[in-house]
Amino acid sequence: MTSRIGVFICHCGHNIASTVDVEDVVEYAKGLPSVVYAGHNLYSCSQEGLSAIKESIKKNELNRVVVAACTPRTHEPLFRRACEQAGINKYLFEFVNIREHCSWIHTKEKEEATKKAKKLVAMGVAKAALLEPQEEGESGVVPKAVVIGAGLSGLSAAAALLNQGIETYIVEKEASVGGILRDIAVIGPDDADAQELLGSLTKIIEESPKANLHLSSRVTKLKGFVGNFELTIEGGGKEETVQAGAVIVATGGVEHRPEGEYGFGKLKGVITQLELERLLGSGEVGARRVVMINCVGSRQPGREYCSRVCCNASLKNAVRILNINPDAAITIIHRDIMSCGTAAEELYREASDRGVRFVRYGLDQRPEVSAEGEQLVVEVFDETLDEKIELESDLVVLATPIVSPEDSSETGTLLKVPRDKYGFFLEAHVKLRPIEFATDGVFVCGSARWPVSARECIWQGQAAAAKASIPISEGKVVIEAITAEVNSEKCVACGNCALACPYEAIEIVDTESGRAARVNEAQCKGCGTCVAACHNDAIQQKGFSSRQLGAMIDALIRATAEVAR
Amino acid sequence: MTGFRPTILAFCCNWCSYAGADLAGVNRLQMPTNVNVVRVMCSASVKPEYVIKALSQGIDGVLVLGCHIGDCHYMTGNHRTARRIPLTAKVLETVGIDSRRVKLDWVSAAEGDKFQQVITDFVEEVEGLGPNPSKEVRF
Repeated sequence: MTSRIGVFICHCGHNIASTVDVEDVVEYAKGLPSVVYAGHNLYSCSQEGLSAIKESIKKNELNRVVVAACTPRTHEPLFRRACEQAGINKYLFEFVNIREHCSWIHTKEKEEATKKAKKLVAMGVAKAALLEPQEEGESGVVPKAVVIGAGLSGLSAAAALLNQGIETYIVEKEASVGGILRDIAVIGPDDADAQELLGSLTKIIEESPKANLHLSSRVTKLKGFVGNFELTIEGGGKEETVQAGAVIVATGGVEHRPEGEYGFGKLKGVITQLELERLLGSGEVGARRVVMINCVGSRQPGREYCSRVCCNASLKNAVRILNINPDAAITIIHRDIMSCGTAAEELYREASDRGVRFVRYGLDQRPEVSAEGEQLVVEVFDETLDEKIELESDLVVLATPIVSPEDSSETGTLLKVPRDKYGFFLEAHVKLRPIEFATDGVFVCGSARWPVSARECIWQGQAAAAKASIPISEGKVVIEAITAEVNSEKCVACGNCALACPYEAIEIVDTESGRAARVNEAQCKGCGTCVAACHNDAIQQKGFSSRQLGAMIDALIRATAEVAR
Repeated sequence: MTGFRPTILAFCCNWCSYAGADLAGVNRLQMPTNVNVVRVMCSASVKPEYVIKALSQGIDGVLVLGCHIGDCHYMTGNHRTARRIPLTAKVLETVGIDSRRVKLDWVSAAEGDKFQQVITDFVEEVEGLGPNPSKEVRF
């Protein structure tokens, strides 16, 4: 099929046209090899612009389309769809970025920017001439899900999946479910009964015939890809291999234990906020004078983040102590009170109204805790009073952050998902894909990502379940046709590509032309790593073949000479 | 001033450095016009042959930009880039092409300013090296 390329240069209003001489680029494009039409649009992405492209495809019998406009990262799907609507395979479309990569970054160099736009268009046209139609693959989906971690977010996710009738494996490393929630009696700020919540979630799992709960177990192996994961679950000396379409990571966080800080572990009566939760749950708090210190081990060099839940925990527990003993003297030593939201802010006000004293300290003057006999003494520099004060106390409660569990690095390696410098998992995109990993079919919720409140655990768990159920209910996943393909004539079965592949998508098999590499399309993510590893040019990435990229290099050299004239 | 304006080819990975280049554009960060970006899915898909071809045919400099180590969308792709591209530069040195004409760097999707810096610095460096001598021996 001879290439008949149409080139459409976008003005993007003034965004491109005020820097790049669009008409001049159009004239240049008309002279490029295989170009049968070149034109310009005020806004190519507008309804009008898209119609003009579609009409031109028909009128000029185009079989390749090049649009020079903004970035493919946002607009490629739109133009691909327009091509499809006009009867051209969407993989015969090539995008040239002359806005972000040209007009916007060379606003004062109109002549040079126009020359550069010509070069970029020439490169795009050269690649387009060699594009080939592609078919998107499809693969089936195992209608099951795995939830790793059975804390509040994991249980919420599992319950939501089970309610949809999806068979779910729940893998919990501890001997019982609930995670941190087990130690909590009431959930702030509205004092919901934590154990009742835990009980109702556990009941759903216990009563569902589609739930497979694995306690004291771990996922030790994971293979596969969205729709077709294969996991090995190890526990109780047994090993089980299960198939699943989606995986939810709900491995949560753990309380930071501030060994040695503020007398923790040395002085009797210095405990963490979670230990206080346990005492309150069993009704064993008789202390009359209580000092709480917030931000112990957080918002400081080395662990800069705010754990978000601890201020609210301090406020909640201060009020609960007052409910038991209205005469209790409670001081919260804090760096800032983070009580976001209507209900939490109300709690802050209530604590304040009921006599809880708030003392602000700075990192350079931290409180000091010492013991005088049975009694604890907290010395702190009060920033408001501008002087040091001494607080006698029966109980010192340290509000420590939620930190990532030590084994999160193993989980990260196992699932091949990234973590931040604190060990928390990183989602695919903070705003656009907050509950997904960049790896398709793997989702994240709860404190595995970031310290979150009980309420957030529930909603993130439910959100992850909703996301995970999409491929499962669709029953299939589409594979973008940028996967690698092997020319088995050229392949010498050296195995370099298989070694290079981060997804274990390549294996060496027997073919008609002898041993050769074979790409498992459904497993290939289209990174092209194998392509560069091949010594024989026997493996190519669709849409990024070495011929296409080579042609772009040639075009750049040619165009540079042409525009210099 | 010699008036020499080098022609530079830059391979940017789709997920980080291409997005970083986009961000530089969105923020209107100004930079030299010499650099022409080719989008690839991962910096690890850049064959040494592309770099060799470009430099042996007269392109004045080649940039390969990927995600920071640890941030690769394909997990470990850029670990390969980190070894492959410096090795390619070394090989080119043995056939008389200044290895400074090849540069590997990491630009995240959030580093529009770093993209601007890398481009500006590399253009300046290649300007200092002068035209690629291979230009005269086109084949």
